[in-house]
Amino acid sequence: MRVMVFVKAGEDTENGVPPAAEAFAAMDRFTEELVNAGVLVAGAGLKPSASAKRILVDGAARTVIDGPFAEMREMVAGFSIWEVKDMDEALAWARRCPNIMAVPSAVEIWPFIEAEDLAAPRDGERSRLGVA
Amino acid sequence: MTAGETHRTIEATFRIERARLIAGLARLVRDIDRAEEMAQDALVIALAEWPRTGIPANPGAWLMTAAKRRAIDTIRRDTMRSRKHAEIARELDGAVDDPAEAIEASMDDDLGDELLGLLFTACHPILSAEARAALTLRVIGGLTTDEIARAFLSNEPTIAQRIVRAKKTIGKAGIAFAVPRGAERAARLASVLEVIYLIFNEGYAATAGEDLVRPSLCMEAQRLGRILAGLMPQDAEVFGLLALMEIQASRLHARTGPDGALLTLTEQDRTRWDRLLIRRGLDALARAEALGGADGPYALQAALAACHARAAKAEDTDWARIASLYDRLRDVMPSPVVDLNRAVAHCMAFGPEAGLKLVDALADAAALRNYAPLPAARGDFLFRAGRLAEARTEFEAAAKLTRNAREVAFLVARAEACGA
Repeated sequence: MRVMVFVKAGEDTENGVPPAAEAFAAMDRFTEELVNAGVLVAGAGLKPSASAKRILVDGAARTVIDGPFAEMREMVAGFSIWEVKDMDEALAWARRCPNIMAVPSAVEIWPFIEAEDLAAPRDGERSRLGVA
Repeated sequence: MTAGETHRTIEATFRIERARLIAGLARLVRDIDRAEEMAQDALVIALAEWPRTGIPANPGAWLMTAAKRRAIDTIRRDTMRSRKHAEIARELDGAVDDPAEAIEASMDDDLGDELLGLLFTACHPILSAEARAALTLRVIGGLTTDEIARAFLSNEPTIAQRIVRAKKTIGKAGIAFAVPRGAERAARLASVLEVIYLIFNEGYAATAGEDLVRPSLCMEAQRLGRILAGLMPQDAEVFGLLALMEIQASRLHARTGPDGALLTLTEQDRTRWDRLLIRRGLDALARAEALGGADGPYALQAALAACHARAAKAEDTDWARIASLYDRLRDVMPSPVVDLNRAVAHCMAFGPEAGLKLVDALADAAALRNYAPLPAARGDFLFRAGRLAEARTEFEAAAKLTRNAREVAFLVARAEACGA
């Protein structure tokens, strides 16, 4: 199964405070472990919300809001996609993820909707399968 | 955490470490069975201690140390016992190597290529391809014999026996659990790649069945390919194979119609192809080419798959490039089936006459006698050339050679479309 792993934003990532050198090194080691275990499919770090945009969708209306945003809990500082056997394995990996922030933060694991989860994929559901 | 949760966390952690643990132990004791037992012992110890102490920062190293300590204890105890029972053999004492000491001496070893060594051993050409695949899925993939049996449409005793025999063969041959160097390396790597692709195809070729184990074989093969790419970042063909698997797997969900029948590339709904896997495949192919491996058999097949992956619509397919890739593939991987596909590509790229010229040269190939795709392709070329009566004869011949009901219906319909 595939899971999306979100590293949630904290004050540090929002303020663009770069992680300490040791934290970087620990993250590199963790990433290397994920690669060598064949787990990492994709991933990237994201810039602070100051450079982000939010598009509010309401009926036919679209309203664009420029960052930075206020609600820290809803923001993401990075993501990766893992291929794992089950959620237990995803959890075991996530527990190993080093903490690169000096402040409390969070990591979330969200399983993908897979083809098996849909009785018959309809056109509108394709995008939810990640197949464009 | 509840006791149940703790237990599951420990088991999941063990699963992550298992292959590497077995690899390190197997190199030490030169015995996969024994290494598996030692790893299992380490899990038992972890289940007893981790609920109290928490999961250690480096669980892999912890488990390895626990397994080695336990092995040393066992060896020491056995030695004591045999000493009591055989006082006469006292003079031998000291002359014999102490296996416990050997293990103790290796306590701090950290050989990064242990997993690779185990993979090369499990895929040793001394074993049949089926035995290599079963053993690899067991010791590296961590699949149970029952899962492997279901994946290969076999039964558990057969697979269990295949694995036992494979381990014995490896033990008897005294294989070193190491990555071979020099001239042997290329041949042995080819054997590893062959096994991974066999596992992939075993899953990919599955056309029916409710059992989800078979498609998951593709995922297992992709995972092995990704592990290998991580461990051998300089080997072009490793990336060629990875690219081929990622791109082929991108079509897994688009390959069957609503009735479960297989769809050809041109019939598939391309919006259902997995973009992420295509992207990974194209990246791996670029890496293979950058490493100077553009003409490797896997890289060429991946390049062919990439031509289709890049075309948003079937009409956009770059047939001229496909034709030239088949020209090159023919040199490194000669086979009548490659020749036939090459003829199809030339027909699509340069017109039916070009295809006919190539396919007629194949008419005498023994391997293609009674091979329905040959007359089916020839019929298609003739149809495109407007030679309808001849095309009809070919389609009818192809229909007679096919057992698959849906293909028969397709060929009969094509024959009828040629008119009387």
